[in-house]
Amino acid sequence: MRYSKTGRAKYISHLDLTATLQRALLRAGIKLKYSEGFNPHPYISVALPLSVGVESICELVDVAIMGESLPDVKAIKLPDGIIITDIYFPSRKINEIKWLEISVKLYYDREVDSELASNIMSVLTQDSIVITKRTKRGTKDIDIIPHIRDVNVECNDCILLSAKISAQEPTLNAVDLLNALCDDFKPLHTDVKRIELYDAKMVKFE
Amino acid sequence: MISQKLEKVLSKVQKPARYSGGEYNQIIKDKQNVNVRVAFCFPDTYEIGMSNLGLKILYGALNNIDDVWCERVFAPWTDMEHEMRENAIPLYGLESYDSIRDFDIVAFTIGYELSYTNVLNMLDLAGIPLRSADREEDGPLVIAGGACSYNPEPMAEFIDLFVVGEGEDVVVELVDTFKSTDSKKAFLEAASELHGVYVPSLYDQGITYVKKRIVEDLDSAYFPVDSIIPSTSIVHDRSVLELFRGCIRGCKFCMAGYTGNPVRSRSPDLLTKQGIAAISNSGYDELALLSLSTSDYKHLSELCDGLLEWCEPRKVNLSLPSLRADNFSIELMERVQKVRKSGLTFAPEAGSQRLRDYINKNIKEDDLINACRVAFEGGWNSVKLYFMLGLPTETDEDVTAIADLAHTVLQTWRDFTNNKKRGVRITVSTSCFIPKPHTPFQREAQIPIDEYSRRVELLRSSIRAKSITYNWHSPQQGYIEAALSRGDRQLGNVVEAVWKMGARMDSWSDHFSYEKWIAAFDECSTDAEHYASRKRGVDEKLPWEFIQI
Repeated sequence: MRYSKTGRAKYISHLDLTATLQRALLRAGIKLKYSEGFNPHPYISVALPLSVGVESICELVDVAIMGESLPDVKAIKLPDGIIITDIYFPSRKINEIKWLEISVKLYYDREVDSELASNIMSVLTQDSIVITKRTKRGTKDIDIIPHIRDVNVECNDCILLSAKISAQEPTLNAVDLLNALCDDFKPLHTDVKRIELYDAKMVKFE
Repeated sequence: MISQKLEKVLSKVQKPARYSGGEYNQIIKDKQNVNVRVAFCFPDTYEIGMSNLGLKILYGALNNIDDVWCERVFAPWTDMEHEMRENAIPLYGLESYDSIRDFDIVAFTIGYELSYTNVLNMLDLAGIPLRSADREEDGPLVIAGGACSYNPEPMAEFIDLFVVGEGEDVVVELVDTFKSTDSKKAFLEAASELHGVYVPSLYDQGITYVKKRIVEDLDSAYFPVDSIIPSTSIVHDRSVLELFRGCIRGCKFCMAGYTGNPVRSRSPDLLTKQGIAAISNSGYDELALLSLSTSDYKHLSELCDGLLEWCEPRKVNLSLPSLRADNFSIELMERVQKVRKSGLTFAPEAGSQRLRDYINKNIKEDDLINACRVAFEGGWNSVKLYFMLGLPTETDEDVTAIADLAHTVLQTWRDFTNNKKRGVRITVSTSCFIPKPHTPFQREAQIPIDEYSRRVELLRSSIRAKSITYNWHSPQQGYIEAALSRGDRQLGNVVEAVWKMGARMDSWSDHFSYEKWIAAFDECSTDAEHYASRKRGVDEKLPWEFIQI
């Protein structure tokens, strides 16, 4: 299933979202496939966990169901802000997703101008930016520049940053980009939104 | 619409989904068509409040009226409170994000004395003056219901009107009265005529008694089967059925057992229909059968069979909290918990047969041990046992009898389990006895904190087995709860004083400050001992006497 998660729904955490989707599918009368064993649970797997507070219009979740036919989108009722946009039998694997297009609004406690925008642009288009990322096995220094592309920064009421970042191996997120900015350019508050998913050849992942 | 100011705050606090609303089945109405706006306030966290059946019933009953819009409000956790004050965000309804100061009625459900400070804090966060006498004509009415209404006096200065007893019919009548009166004074006077309503400001004007309200026929009463489904995990993520109200047992310490009577049951056919509807509409995988003592429901076996037939193929588990420790209950438990086994919990309340008999908790040790035997044979390997320390007439022998009982349960496991390798977990928990209004123990003294601590230590040192875990409740919290439970109108000053000192979330042991409470009692020139640890004479007039149960 492909869905968007915006507005109030951006505060639902990854773990809670799985339970929320499960309940919505069961309410719609969809028969889920369960694991065997002492405590049976359905197979619901959300791709690329989304941080709390981040909006997205390109979320994907794999659900194992009984039967051959696709459920009716309209029958699935979800909390305010989650809208299912498509249901299909998957032909591609989640690990083929490589690039994630994001859009970030940066708010400051001062007036923003095109100079700030071009300064941020030049930071994010340097030859190399080494940041320290926390991984499961401790911390690791990586250069994020090879994992960022199509950066664009504009000035409007706030600073608008868009970019495509590596979604898997390594996983980057908007915070990594913002951490690369020096203190002067650090925003007070940001709104982050995922826009689209692409494979390694920059073909839209569907 | 969510304001940018609030968005900024929500990006900083823990668990923002508590404060953002928007859950499936929340009620949104067009303000153009709404005449009465109600803020239903639960003075504890979202996770606790959203698990509360009373809230689900009253939210549904009020929103069933076309021109009434009832929204939910919970106590913000301390990090959120800090941000709200820092950023001048007033307390708002989760559905509309509108400030509740502009609502018509602000209604609290108060089930626990240690949430009194949260009530005051929520009023303050809303920008509503704490005391009824200080509130203007154009501000909202502040009303309250819930178990604490059975002794309303400690909160009487802050609340314009209390509902005593069951609320689903009265709230509808109150809204009607609100629509047909044109001033607060006229409303309160008219409302005070309703059965189950107490208006403290009219107390001096000849109120002699207030009779609690009950719903006569549960089968025709409103019951919600399309409740809000939280998008974040709460204390009880499950659908519920209410089998009956009241209790046939009459344990002497239990206020609900006295205030909830007479016993009124729902028919099994209706319950089966409601259960199927509640699960179908929610998508939950658990259905809990609630009441004060579920084993006492006459048609329990029949009801479970009916529900199981529908639930089992759908992997929905039935849960039966508050079962009595007898064979019938355990065999039923074995039958219903085929999907997933939950833990077993029994509440013998006292360790010795003598004390159990004295408090009217007529459960026999043999029954308990047999029940455990059946459970262990059936594959259970975890049992929780709940007791009270400090019950009237309790001796050291009664205390050590708790340890003996736990050891007997452990031995029963050794003798009858079919899987010794898996081990067993036996948890003994004690709370301190709190004498409650309207019970046979309402004039009893609570034992002092030091004595409770001594008995805890005695019990702790009597438990020798590693597989028995012992937990005990804070005696300090129990002491303050005891003082507030049997408080009079003067205690309102103490609650306000301790709130001013920063007391919040007193039901959470890591937030409760005993020192602040004692300082507040001092500041108000009174002491907690007078309320908690004093035995009342038979002639002493009790503050809750005018409430008739």
